Amino acid sequence: MSVTARVESDGQLARLLQVGAVLEEVVEARAHRHYRSLPEGERDERIESLLEEAAEESAAHRERIDELLDALDADPIAFEQIEALVTEQYSEADTDFDGVLYDQLNGEETAYKFYADLIEAVEASETDFSIDREPLLETLREIKAAEAEGVEAVAKLMEERA
Amino acid sequence: MNTADQYLKAIYLVEQLEDGPASTGALADRLGVSPASVNEMIGKLQERGLVEHEKYKGAEVTPEGKVLAEEALQNYCILERFLANVLDVEDYRGEARQMEPVIDDTVAERLDMIIDREPDCPDCFDVENDACTYLEGDD
Repeated sequence: MSVTARVESDGQLARLLQVGAVLEEVVEARAHRHYRSLPEGERDERIESLLEEAAEESAAHRERIDELLDALDADPIAFEQIEALVTEQYSEADTDFDGVLYDQLNGEETAYKFYADLIEAVEASETDFSIDREPLLETLREIKAAEAEGVEAVAKLMEERA
Repeated sequence: MNTADQYLKAIYLVEQLEDGPASTGALADRLGVSPASVNEMIGKLQERGLVEHEKYKGAEVTPEGKVLAEEALQNYCILERFLANVLDVEDYRGEARQMEPVIDDTVAERLDMIIDREPDCPDCFDVENDACTYLEGDD
């Protein structure tokens, strides 16, 4: 093993991109679940549009990651599989307004951190991947920036509620 | 997982394997680094009160270090279970070890939302085989 955060092969890169796809799918699936389980009294337009946008954004990121996986000749992760696992483990205990927002914030922050670490690990590597490094990094940086915007949007809504 | 946590986990596991302090050589072998790097990090962990080190004997985690080591081990178990059960990776041990440095604790916690983990995790970790006991049972 190595203690250094560095991506050293196409296989390792593909596996990490699959982790990214799963994180997106978890956000997307949980946003759908939250939307369905939020009590009537806790619903309003702002949270509904936030959850909708979060799900759409995650789906768009997943598609971009799937394109990279395809170029690396690796399998995508079926959304239905992850959605089923999310449903299996989903707890409705936290589905009040604040719980839902906190979970969304956590999901976006985690994805942001993941992409930041992955970008660093690709940059630290001297491996000659079978896909071009710059477009790969550009895609990851764009997704990371979108996650940062997502964090801001949720944080803003939380502040307005406080 | 940051480097310090990887070292704490390794010290904690090697202590169990050797039934005593973790030697520099065993840690260097396990982590794939030089003995000098091990000594340098042990010094840093000692300064933070996470490890006790006795020359010619080896390193042991302190109670504070043990808490962090167990958290790191739990995150590692999440990674193994995620690779084996969600992505169907055959060599989940090898790939978990490779991925460990890139996967942050927050990412492991998120992946934990979709895996089925036993309540006694990480105490059930099989140190000899470097794998979750229950996954080995699945083989």
